[in-house]
Amino acid sequence: MFQYIIRRILIMIPTLIVISAVIFAIIKLPPGDFFTAYVETLRASGEQADLQKIAFLREQYHFDDPAWMQYGYWVSGLAQGDLGFSFEYERPVSQVVGDRLLLTFIVSVATIIFTWVVSFPIGVYSATHQYSWSDYSLTFLGFLGLATPNFLLALVLLYLANVYFGLSIGGLMEPRYLDQPWSWAKAMSVLSHLWIPVLVIGASGTAGMIRRLRANLLDELQKQYVVTARAKGLPPFRALVKYPLRMSLNPFIADIGALLPHVISGAAVVSVVLSLPTTGPMLLSALRSQDMYLAGSFLFFMAFLTVIGVFLSDLALAWLDPRIRLDGGVTR
Amino acid sequence: MSADSPRAAAERLPHYVSHEPFDPYAFEAMSPEQERYYLASQWRMMWWKLRRHRLAVISGAILIVLYASILVSEFLAPYGLNSRHNDFIYVPPQGIHLFHDGNFVGPYTYGYDYKLDMKTLKRVYTVNPNKVQPLRFFCHGDEYWFWGLVQGDLHLVCPAQDGTFFFLGTDRLGRDMLSRVIYGARISLTIGIVGISISFLIGLTLGGLAGYYGGWIDSLVQRLIEIIRSFPELPLWMALSAILPVTWSPLWVYFGITIILGMIDWTGLGRAVRSKLLALREEDFATAAMLMGASPRRIIVRHLLPSFMSHLIASATLSIPSMILGETALSFLGLGLRPPITSWGVLLNEAQNINVVALYPWLMIPVIPVIIVVLAFNFLGDGLRDAADPYR
Repeated sequence: MFQYIIRRILIMIPTLIVISAVIFAIIKLPPGDFFTAYVETLRASGEQADLQKIAFLREQYHFDDPAWMQYGYWVSGLAQGDLGFSFEYERPVSQVVGDRLLLTFIVSVATIIFTWVVSFPIGVYSATHQYSWSDYSLTFLGFLGLATPNFLLALVLLYLANVYFGLSIGGLMEPRYLDQPWSWAKAMSVLSHLWIPVLVIGASGTAGMIRRLRANLLDELQKQYVVTARAKGLPPFRALVKYPLRMSLNPFIADIGALLPHVISGAAVVSVVLSLPTTGPMLLSALRSQDMYLAGSFLFFMAFLTVIGVFLSDLALAWLDPRIRLDGGVTR
Repeated sequence: MSADSPRAAAERLPHYVSHEPFDPYAFEAMSPEQERYYLASQWRMMWWKLRRHRLAVISGAILIVLYASILVSEFLAPYGLNSRHNDFIYVPPQGIHLFHDGNFVGPYTYGYDYKLDMKTLKRVYTVNPNKVQPLRFFCHGDEYWFWGLVQGDLHLVCPAQDGTFFFLGTDRLGRDMLSRVIYGARISLTIGIVGISISFLIGLTLGGLAGYYGGWIDSLVQRLIEIIRSFPELPLWMALSAILPVTWSPLWVYFGITIILGMIDWTGLGRAVRSKLLALREEDFATAAMLMGASPRRIIVRHLLPSFMSHLIASATLSIPSMILGETALSFLGLGLRPPITSWGVLLNEAQNINVVALYPWLMIPVIPVIIVVLAFNFLGDGLRDAADPYR
């Protein structure tokens, strides 16, 4: 097991390097850079740009070096925890994004927990009551969650929440807590605002999870050991929980890897609509203004989160399911 | 106990010889019914199984109707795509009625009276029950260029002369939403198909190479898939579509978006192809083909792929909805398609703020066709998957 963990961590390094290269290429691909766009905008509005400062920043951040050298500077900075400099905000990226990364993380984790808590009982229920009307209606509800574009769901929920519960529109906390240090009251305010984004982002993931759990459990329930257990007079509840349920739990763990990119994607769109102080809106504006270090660091952070998530889910899966062998090389 | 006792002689059967020609397989012969069943091709079997899946068949029919509608959008839409009605801005949907004052008039709409509320500066439209405006069918209305080639002005349904027919209301420029939704289908529905074709092509090629050759090609493709999968889809789409030059014409942006959608989407398909090929290339028929000197391309395309093509098609059907939703989300954020191209996502872009939800909720109507199409593809895909599974 220990060996496996080490090996996985070692594999993660080249993966992350390639990811960072791809991100850098994507960010660099549009013609021009932040400063050319910046100077253009200023000139269009009849103002003078501070050319000296721009020249200094260009020099400082190696804008005139070849691309591969810029990439080298960026990656070596990343490795040391230096995310670079946001030209738009004129502050280091880590200062700009600090709170946002944390909030993105909170929203993602809360969404995954929500997905589990909701889909678990529903999945089990609709598998044990296959083809009943409640199974049909729950399945249909799940499909509906899958099919509704979640930004629109966000918009409608936002409106309803404002009309019926008087929640402030948008944001993750009451406006008065913005830019305040973390406190108990602020945390509570975040919690009371969290449910809308969590519900919206979770809706589509939940539907997929319910379907997978239902399908897995149905497959398990048809197997002979379940029939044997029933025939020997095991109470139905025990005959369900003891083995079949445990077997069909795999997707819950294995899907963290798939769920995480999904959640982050959903969060990106939804947070634009809800104007949440998470990474989505900032990434969007950074991409538009070619604020390369800001956009690049965001993308890298999201990919990093996913890689870590997959790693953790693999470990948890190995721990949960004794049939999965990690050591011993190739199985084929 | 003798054999020729009277009783035994009476019960003995008469000597019988059949003069028909001897057919040793006679008992194995099948009735035409059975023959039809046992000799059916894989696709025919799939169709029989699919037919039992009611929901899938209905979904399939709905999709066929919708896709057929994009062939004749110009004819189906009551107004032109860009016809503005400056006197009718943000008009709420007009219902269709049949009876007026207890008399049957046929389908008609009530006209609107317009008033500007001077206090709130809101446009107020009130239904005027005296303005009965019967709809006309197969009538001449707004002119259009059919597929940009042939000029015409025939519509399935038009408002009465000097009347209006805004079944789904109008937007901020007074354009009819129903017509725009009908035109939007053209882009939104094809984007999934084009995207999935690209994804299919990449997935089959790379997955096929990885599965057939194995070794370092396999591990290379595997790593590639892992890396692509570890990007959150939407931020990656956002980043890629931010690359598309602003100077491109909308049509090129459309192709750019489909290529981006396809390039990210192929990984799931690639994996499925790879794992199937890994198993299938060990089969005897693959070895036989190899010994007979068939090229790898021929072995993969001609011998291996057909054995799980049905499966692939089912999974492709299931991934079209995510592309349609992806386009919708991108256009909604303003990163995808831009006007004058009209897709459902572009239409929803107008419904971006909370005012719309509160004041003009009918601008959100384009979401209904999105939901219907996504649901239909999901049900059809589920049905196809079950039908393609030989163990059910």
